[in-house]
Amino acid sequence: MAKVEKVKTPKPEELSNISYHPPATDWMDTPTEFKPGTYCWGAKEKDLITLGLPNPRQWSPADEDWKVPEGWETTILDGIAERLSKYRSFKVFMDICVRCGACADKCHFYIATGDPKNMPVLRAELLRSVYKKYFTKSGKFLGRLAGARELDMDVLKEWWSYFFQCTECRRCSVFCPYGIDQAEVTIIGRELLNLVGLNIDWISGPAAACYMKGNHLGLEPHAITGNIETMCDDIEEITGIRVNPTFNRKGAEILFVTPSGDFLGEPGIYTCMGYLMLFHELGLDYTWSTYASEGGNFGFFTSNDTAKRLNYKIYAEAKRLGVKYIIGGECGHMWRVLNQYMDTWHGPADFLEVPVSPITGTRFENAKSTKMIHISEFTADLIKHNKLKLDPSRNDHLKVTYHDSCNPSRGMGLLEEPRYIIKSVCNNFYEMPENTIREKTFCCGSGSGLNASENMEQRMRGGFPRANAVRYVQEKHGVNMLANICAVDRAAFPALMDYWCPGVGVTGTTELLANALVMKGEIRRTLDIRLQDLPGKGGNE
Amino acid sequence: MDIKLKDLIEGKRSVILERWFDAIIETYPTDATGFLKKKQDRFANPVGHAISKGTEGILEVLVGEKELTEDLPFLNDIIKVRAIQDFTPSKAISFVFLLKTVVRETLEKEIRQNQIYDALLRFESKIDDLALFAFNIYVKCREQIYELKTDELKRMTYTLLKKANLMYEIPVPEFEIKDPNCNT
Amino acid sequence: MKALLSFLAVIVLILIATLGVDVANLHFLFGIIIPYLAFVMFVGGFVYRVLKWGRSPVPFRIPTTCGQQKSLPWIKQAKIENPTTNLGVVVRMASEIFFFRSLFRNTKTELRVGADGPKLSYGSAKWLWVGSLVFHWSFLIIIVRHLRFFLEPVPYFVQIADSIDGMLQIGLPPIYLTDLFFLLAVTFLFLRRIVIPQVKYISLAADYFPLFMIMSIAISGMLMRYYYRIDIVAVKELALGLVQLHPVIPVGIGAIFYIHLFLICILFAYFPTSKLMHMGGIFLSPTRNMKNNNRMVRHINPWNPELEYHTYEHYEDEFREKMKKAGIPVEKE
Repeated sequence: MAKVEKVKTPKPEELSNISYHPPATDWMDTPTEFKPGTYCWGAKEKDLITLGLPNPRQWSPADEDWKVPEGWETTILDGIAERLSKYRSFKVFMDICVRCGACADKCHFYIATGDPKNMPVLRAELLRSVYKKYFTKSGKFLGRLAGARELDMDVLKEWWSYFFQCTECRRCSVFCPYGIDQAEVTIIGRELLNLVGLNIDWISGPAAACYMKGNHLGLEPHAITGNIETMCDDIEEITGIRVNPTFNRKGAEILFVTPSGDFLGEPGIYTCMGYLMLFHELGLDYTWSTYASEGGNFGFFTSNDTAKRLNYKIYAEAKRLGVKYIIGGECGHMWRVLNQYMDTWHGPADFLEVPVSPITGTRFENAKSTKMIHISEFTADLIKHNKLKLDPSRNDHLKVTYHDSCNPSRGMGLLEEPRYIIKSVCNNFYEMPENTIREKTFCCGSGSGLNASENMEQRMRGGFPRANAVRYVQEKHGVNMLANICAVDRAAFPALMDYWCPGVGVTGTTELLANALVMKGEIRRTLDIRLQDLPGKGGNE
Repeated sequence: MDIKLKDLIEGKRSVILERWFDAIIETYPTDATGFLKKKQDRFANPVGHAISKGTEGILEVLVGEKELTEDLPFLNDIIKVRAIQDFTPSKAISFVFLLKTVVRETLEKEIRQNQIYDALLRFESKIDDLALFAFNIYVKCREQIYELKTDELKRMTYTLLKKANLMYEIPVPEFEIKDPNCNT
Repeated sequence: MKALLSFLAVIVLILIATLGVDVANLHFLFGIIIPYLAFVMFVGGFVYRVLKWGRSPVPFRIPTTCGQQKSLPWIKQAKIENPTTNLGVVVRMASEIFFFRSLFRNTKTELRVGADGPKLSYGSAKWLWVGSLVFHWSFLIIIVRHLRFFLEPVPYFVQIADSIDGMLQIGLPPIYLTDLFFLLAVTFLFLRRIVIPQVKYISLAADYFPLFMIMSIAISGMLMRYYYRIDIVAVKELALGLVQLHPVIPVGIGAIFYIHLFLICILFAYFPTSKLMHMGGIFLSPTRNMKNNNRMVRHINPWNPELEYHTYEHYEDEFREKMKKAGIPVEKE
């Protein structure tokens, strides 16, 4: 069933011959095609070895033979049985879907492709059909009538294709009358695929790097300090102030952890410069860590165990350094993991204290067990207590809209804090249409480890519904900046905006804050955080 | 454009657009559920929306007096969508030619009665021109996809490139900054 | 095709009941044995399924948050859509169970071309919500009404339900509102399955079958009440007998009653093996029945695995020289 598209020269009549009536085959009879630009490369042998994951080998999804081990069917079926006994969510979600279709048109991939297997209900059905065949009486006896089917290699390839076309954004679960969460199904589906060595390079590579070196980018300690030094040079050029961050410092009050994307890439580094400036201005007693130098967690897109192993470093480092609590930077899935998993995996964090803002004295009761707060919570509290001197007019050249990242909105509920910050530091803020923001936000199309470059077309498709809403405010209000609180957003949106809404930039929320932040003893600002001239603030006006 | 043909097309504008839209949607082999057919719904169905808005715009330009140029936002919008949707290049821009068939079939009787085959031919040549523009836009979109990849790589490694002095920014010449007229 | 097969299956069931009672005279089988069997299968199956779900732990607290979290005191928390208290969860669950909150969310945004330019409008995707709400509520009221056959004396709330339901006072016996609503709603749910292409595409035979069953049960019930006018006293005798475990088969109940009863029995027996278990499952859905207080109270995972980690010591051993050179403090010089 699964086909790999081979390049062949079509005959002229084939080119002009457009099928007016495509065969509407039942989904079980529709083969999966692997077209370049729509799938990610397979995981590399060395990365699977580093992570201790099964079946390391060189392989390519474009090959006919995926080199899965003998007896893989048993591995998968045993894997399903094990997960049914471990996760009530999985068991319940497999059993209770009534296929009402409420979720169908809520998925960004479905909206942009029309491919029925991208409907959340059908994506779940890919796995549910196998579950029914081997784990339910009705499926055993009634077979296809009950929606059951045999597990074979084509099914496995289909899983791989479609579970790596789901960004685990949970938008469907908001609309499901039973709260069935396709992200849960995808997470289990990907775990099963990992049992036979089927992952993608863009996930296993960063996960392996993070395991060994502390961060997804594989930055070694001196590279992290070096990069941050460079940012400090730039900050000095902009503000005239020398910022002196510390690394791995014992006895600091606070450990700060952010996704490593902020250390290297553009525009993430500007957000990172924002953190540096903010903390310096506050005189915060904090430290960076080169060991726990990753907030994000690509292990979460691999398996529960891998996610737990990567997450270990954060509490371990906080304990080693003897800090009181942890602040986390702007990131999406990082906060899903920190909010819903970290304490369960590695708690109780009794070696830490309930976070108290040293500036405002606010006690963050909402993090009294995890002892980790979000930078937006911390900053919003500062602004509310008038602890920051802000000049929003420095952002007057920007017309800003805000993208809620999937995970902080649907896995946490961090909706108002970033908005409060943006409204305090920008004079021009415009919301996108109601059904595309907050808990109904559209995914960037590149989440859950799908922000590779080989699947660029797929990403442009997946991000289309989001970009379409951005374009609406671009046309209506002249919006030229898309703010967010997610490192994957910052990495993936620039391409999406360039394609669909040219002229719209991408920024972290803390970058906007830093631009408006009036620091003690700073020089007259003529440059923004990107070292570009601040319009209307020219040096020789 | 021939007044008669123009009137005929405008008289059946909605029928032509409807048929053209349907014909385009049927080039989507995966749309087995007919989802994309739901028009008018910009946020729930951006693909269908782009196509229905795009086809309207294109038809208006084709029957209008304005000179065809490559700078057609509607054409651009449709092709942008199709450039990332798993189509071969020929299929991606085939939608332009579909209009020929649709117009011929819809106005078959009227064209025969009025004997305006010449006008029809001229109209179809105009569609051919449009197809050439479409081809240019398609190629641009595809080039852009590759540019996005390299741009993204550059962004991802921005700090490294900068540190290695591999990013060269052209310094603004001194005199320009000091020029008092610059800020007026 | 899938719908047709399901339809045929229901027809076959109806034929079995008709032949069984009218031709083979198996009143005892259809009136007593099958109902008892179905009851046991329903209760047993239901309990089994719920226990089976319950046996699997909930390793992580994973509510889908649909509103503002509880964070700073001056930011208004969405106490129901993003609950941190038991009360919040109870209200959230109740709104899901009684009012289908999430289906209600099913709005869509449209850009309509109005007289003065394009306009953004919201709404209109409420049909599924209305249809299911009417369907489920009517179903519940009809079941409550049926209690009058099984209980003697008839409880007050059943009488109330009965009189409100029949308040239109049209016809004799008066037509129940719920009968009409129920039939309309189930027809709607069926039609949308075959009319909306997306829903048609995802529908299985297992989705049509319960609909046809329920439709046939409703129609046979209405035929009994409004058309054939079967002997209610005899039916009650049978029902009470079943409840009091002194089953009797009164004479003179028509085949239509046995069809009705047989279909109900099949539906009940089928219930625990099917998607109809969503009735029980919704209570156990972790994305809805959990509090979003993860950072306030630690959630325990009973199978939290012991794993091997890349510790700081490993890390420093690998990078010590580089760290020292970069001026980063190390544990071992």
